[in-house]
Amino acid sequence: MSRVWKYGDNVDTDLLAPGAYMKGPIEDLAAHCLEAIDLDFAKEVEPGDVIVAGRNFGIGSSREQAAEVLVLLGVTAVIAKSFGGIFYRNAFNLGLLALVADAESDVEAGHELELDPASGTITNKTTGAQIAAEPVPEHLRRIVAAGGLVPYLEQRLEKRS
Amino acid sequence: MGQTTGMTLAEKIIARAAGQDSVQAGEIVTCRVDLAMIHDSGGPRRVKPVLERLGVKVWDNRKVVVISDHYVPAVDQQSAAILKLTRDWVKDQEIESFYDQQGICHVVLPERGHLKPGMFVVGGDSHSPTGGAFGCYMFGVGATDMAGVLVTGETWIRVPETIRIDWQGTLPHGSSAKDMMLKLCATLGMDGGDYQAVEYTGSTIAGLSMTERMTMSNMAAELGAQAGLIAADGTTSEYIRAAGANPSEGVPFVGDKDATYRVVHEFDASALGPQVAAPDSPANSGPVEEADDTAIDQCYIGACTGAKLEDLRMAAEVLCGRKVASSTRLLIAPASTRVTAAAAADGTLAKLTEAGAILMPSGCGACAGYGAGVLAEGETCMASTARNFKGRMGARSSKVWLGSPYTVAATAVAGRVADPRLFLAENGR
Repeated sequence: MSRVWKYGDNVDTDLLAPGAYMKGPIEDLAAHCLEAIDLDFAKEVEPGDVIVAGRNFGIGSSREQAAEVLVLLGVTAVIAKSFGGIFYRNAFNLGLLALVADAESDVEAGHELELDPASGTITNKTTGAQIAAEPVPEHLRRIVAAGGLVPYLEQRLEKRS
Repeated sequence: MGQTTGMTLAEKIIARAAGQDSVQAGEIVTCRVDLAMIHDSGGPRRVKPVLERLGVKVWDNRKVVVISDHYVPAVDQQSAAILKLTRDWVKDQEIESFYDQQGICHVVLPERGHLKPGMFVVGGDSHSPTGGAFGCYMFGVGATDMAGVLVTGETWIRVPETIRIDWQGTLPHGSSAKDMMLKLCATLGMDGGDYQAVEYTGSTIAGLSMTERMTMSNMAAELGAQAGLIAADGTTSEYIRAAGANPSEGVPFVGDKDATYRVVHEFDASALGPQVAAPDSPANSGPVEEADDTAIDQCYIGACTGAKLEDLRMAAEVLCGRKVASSTRLLIAPASTRVTAAAAADGTLAKLTEAGAILMPSGCGACAGYGAGVLAEGETCMASTARNFKGRMGARSSKVWLGSPYTVAATAVAGRVADPRLFLAENGR
């Protein structure tokens, strides 16, 4: 079960991973995630939580720390109407599930969701509403399950040897 | 099979890189990478651990270009350590092309003759579409994606649809490629590119210099496109030759007349005046005369988007014989050391510094809040950079406006958002 944090359109990489903290340890960067629009997020987000957003989530920089800090804070998925292209690739590479769905009108902050990325089904356990998402292809789900592309490749190499 | 239609410029470059006769939009293909570019921030410090974990070196040390530009020059122990790690890794991997603090990667790469038409290039930075100005399919990826490229020399790509943007007419004096891009950001939005390829065509583009074309391709990133392409022509060859490379090593692909485009947008450059983007998005753009009369604390000419030689010359044209207002400050970080040298040689730098501009080292600087020139809480900045996201250039409550180098210079003289045409008219032009 996942608790919802809700944001609007164009949540950019500079909000997720602010430039001022990019040269330090990833844990410090994570502590400043989204602080320009929400001072509570990094402090109060809990493992298993998800973000529901509008259009163009992750637009901007190629810095994959934008996805990595969410993983570090325990966020398991971002559900957005659309994603910035580089962020979408980075999310899976870092083990973060990115679901394309128009969920904003059926979900409020604090609601609890159940996600089935294979079928593309989001169930709002708080209201009972069902929301359709684009199903996530199997190879991308495997990468997320492994914790990202590098551990995924390692697992495959181990199996082969 | 129906009758095959022609291919777009993007499809031709990708087909060649995929080793296929043709590709179609939507198809996922694996491409051989002609060149991979990485910088100090997303490069060695992020890819080194992955390569070590997998126990491999880069696939081809002649096809990897490393450029230190984000944390230069070092201002503290952390940035010094990142730069040292970058140098050590380059040595360890026997990388042939390494530019340490010579300027911003997107400007240095073409300046040193690395880009030739038809190449398939991957860059570890979101402004990598800049390479599209040279008729290359160049796009940005994150560090893990890049590690995959460095290990295998390949990457996967979903063949994009092409959004053609046709510009006709001659830009009025005082307007520039930056104004064209801000107009596009306002009209199409930051997701107007939908991670597809944008191709710029038309008489305006044909008449633009290479550095102005680079600004167009660079800000394809602000349209949310994967690549921003311009077919190579005589202007491209001339630039490559001047950079000391051989343009005939490239393949100057041109899109077929019967190629399929998702959409063709048409714009008129002849009536385009200076544009400014209000905080906090490049899409918040409009004519400078409609902008608020906001007081500006800092004016910044810098970044891959807005500090090339031609950009500095635009600023100098406005600043020549004038002074930066006492209520503001003007910081100028030329995009590369070669730009600084050329601007010193032709008198441009003198015009800028005599007006009171503060000259800074070449590098990414304050653009993304990494280097010198960042903003305090509540401060406002007018910048020639590409992005004005909330808090990007410093403190959370700081605000960044975007404009052309003409507009930044005019704003520096006025101390408030200003229309450069007023100053240019006074110059008698």
